[in-house]
Amino acid sequence: MQNGALTGIRVVEFAVFAAGPVIGKQMGEHGAEVIRVESVHRPDGFRLHYPPFKDDRPGLERGGTFAIFNNDVLGVTLNLKDPRAVELAKKLVAVSDVVIENFVPGVVERLGLGYPSLKEVNPRIIMLSSCNQGQTGPRAEQRGFGSQLTSMSGFTHLTGYGAGEPPMLLFGPYVDFIAVGFGLVAVMAALDYRRRTGKGQYIDLSQYESGVQFVIPALLDLQVNNHVPGPQANRDSRAAPHGAYRCRGNDAWCAISVFSRQEWEALCKAVEHPEWAADARFATFEARKLHEDELDRTISQWTEAFAPREVMEKLQAAGVPAGVVQTVGDLFSCPQLAHREQWKELPHREFGHYAFEGPPFVLSETPAEVRRPCPLMGEHNEYVFGDILGLSKEEINRLSSEGVLA
Amino acid sequence: MIMTAENVGDRQGLLFPYRVLDLSDESGFLCGKILGDLGADVIKIEPPGGDAARKVGPFPAGRPDPSKSLYWLSYNTNKRGITLNLEHPRGQDLFQKLVCSADFVIETFPPGRMEELGLGFQKLRELHRRLVLVSITPFGQSGPYRAYKGSDLVAMAMSGMLSLVGEPDRPPLRVTLPQSSMWTGMYAAAGALIAHYHRELSGSGQQVDISQQAGQLWALANAPAFWSTNRTVPQRTGCRIFGRSMTGATMRAIYRCKDGYINFIIYGGAAGQRSNEALVGWLKEEGLATESLLKKDWSRFDIAKSTQAEIDEIEMPTAELFHRYTKSEFLEQGFKRNMLGYPVADARDIMEDPHLRERNFWRSIHDPSLGHTLKFPGGFAIFSEAEAGPVRPAPRIGEHNAQVYREELGLSQLDLVELQVQKVI
Repeated sequence: MQNGALTGIRVVEFAVFAAGPVIGKQMGEHGAEVIRVESVHRPDGFRLHYPPFKDDRPGLERGGTFAIFNNDVLGVTLNLKDPRAVELAKKLVAVSDVVIENFVPGVVERLGLGYPSLKEVNPRIIMLSSCNQGQTGPRAEQRGFGSQLTSMSGFTHLTGYGAGEPPMLLFGPYVDFIAVGFGLVAVMAALDYRRRTGKGQYIDLSQYESGVQFVIPALLDLQVNNHVPGPQANRDSRAAPHGAYRCRGNDAWCAISVFSRQEWEALCKAVEHPEWAADARFATFEARKLHEDELDRTISQWTEAFAPREVMEKLQAAGVPAGVVQTVGDLFSCPQLAHREQWKELPHREFGHYAFEGPPFVLSETPAEVRRPCPLMGEHNEYVFGDILGLSKEEINRLSSEGVLA
Repeated sequence: MIMTAENVGDRQGLLFPYRVLDLSDESGFLCGKILGDLGADVIKIEPPGGDAARKVGPFPAGRPDPSKSLYWLSYNTNKRGITLNLEHPRGQDLFQKLVCSADFVIETFPPGRMEELGLGFQKLRELHRRLVLVSITPFGQSGPYRAYKGSDLVAMAMSGMLSLVGEPDRPPLRVTLPQSSMWTGMYAAAGALIAHYHRELSGSGQQVDISQQAGQLWALANAPAFWSTNRTVPQRTGCRIFGRSMTGATMRAIYRCKDGYINFIIYGGAAGQRSNEALVGWLKEEGLATESLLKKDWSRFDIAKSTQAEIDEIEMPTAELFHRYTKSEFLEQGFKRNMLGYPVADARDIMEDPHLRERNFWRSIHDPSLGHTLKFPGGFAIFSEAEAGPVRPAPRIGEHNAQVYREELGLSQLDLVELQVQKVI
């Protein structure tokens, strides 16, 4: 824990679901001490309402989604409806570097934990507020979830089988996780600024505005060409073949994308159909684009005889970009992800063992590490209120029995 | 807190003291843009003739022109641009000089290629111990697939993302606009800043190794949790949401409306209760609420135990209701009624959204290559201490050669001509 890049930073989260907590958890993997404030009166939706639950038996400590979003954080309980709990929260903020919250705008202010109040107890604090549409503007207070905000941010409209067909959903709250990545960037930039200048700050992150960063070419296309881009299945204007091709097996597919003449010729050779390269319908990129349906059928006829992995290996050996359409289960046996230690099994009281998700990048000198399973409700009350805030055992017991640490 | 002119302090960006050398192709261009949006001095280094991604459309009127790729222009704002041939020994030499004044280098070469050019991490580190090198590749710097070729589609496939999108009996789908370079670029920036934080404390830089495959994984949201918890595998379910009920019931998410589609989902929990009650109220006003819906006690509704029949009964009149409204009417009604749900917006809906206008989200930037003033999205967040977001348009090929090579490296005009003749720049 001592040699992570963020060792020495303390983060307090007044956060729920994904958009807040996944930022903190990633900082925790790099050595930050992250304190997740929860309450038994309003447990996280992922503890209570959303599967998967271990063995399909719901329970506060059995939510798999809560687990995967909350490793490497300390769990404490505070009933923020009680003013004594708010005071304790402020004491925590006073000895912390970063606060992350993702409630609907106005909630932290009503709790007495808005930025001006926190700045009073800690002028150097960096506070990130992440919400659907930002802290200001006519719809600031609209409640919403990422699964739907993904649609308002343009992604759903760009996903589908083509004209005349309904748009297709991305899995889960896609845009929440864009906001998580940008939230992490924002906090890190603010920490550097504070190191240089001594100043903390407030960050208003709109998940919608974060999401729109991922679709800029569509916005420019509209402005320059008056063209509203829509979905084109898996087609790509600069590649052919380009798609997911059915392979041998149940719902088994391999993605193939051919961008250059060299790759096309290599493909024809690798699949032992040199005649395709000479076929007038497929010989040039323009011809392949013109006959793309036939091209896809031809490629499929070949891929259907092989398992996806065989297709990938044959084509990659020839220098053609190809990849198995891995299922979520496949990710846990993928040799490349295993090499990067993407998943880390840790023991947990209710799950037995649980494979947590590590960070998307590897740092050569200070590699991150998944060290701590998701916390049980209030698991670290004693450490946080005792060791960090200096409360005695008796005080902690009293505040627990009086419903403050709850 | 509300940001006003008074409380937005320093107009210089948060990262203004730092310099970034951006050697990346499209798989990394967002990383440099993010650091530039935060105020860093980002120098895009293109091979003579320009980055290959300049050949990627859309183009004005569909006519390819390397100075007018809207794709490239989207993600190279806030960068200065120089050309440099790294294959040439003099190019390598110039690059080493530039590295000494840089804080970050972003590169997207296949693993091992930088070493072949004499510019591997160890070598750069000898020159500059504090350097943070951000290396972006399809699968990573090491491991069994390190030499595999990648693309947006391949990254989507190998990350599991593709398997979760599309109809169950049809091919899995990607998003038509490439997304893997977005995820990778965003997390590359996060990794760079974490390494930077450590460098400022320890004095020692490091390499950030990010793969397109791993960079995409958080786009799967909680899908991996299904495997970790119960060894089950989420599947693609078209326009419906899977995994909310243990009975296997799926919830419809996409509804047709008057002028497009709406994303509305029956939710559980406190937020769902409010939203579902508001829906029934609206159905009642429109004469569409069934007897059993009117009698339903939403405080007892448990999404995790809901059955398909129960869900279908709610969804049928809802479909009829939404058919009566446009996307923007739904957005207005949903907000007023405190219902969850948003329209399926296209580029025009986003550009015209009054909410974004009210927040001063758009930045008007004149692009001389296009001869247009375009609205670009502003910063990904609003910071109380500094501006963030695009200010300058993407560079033309070699636009800042003179500025960088003459003013900063001290080369003469003659040197520049010679370098051009030798095809170094």
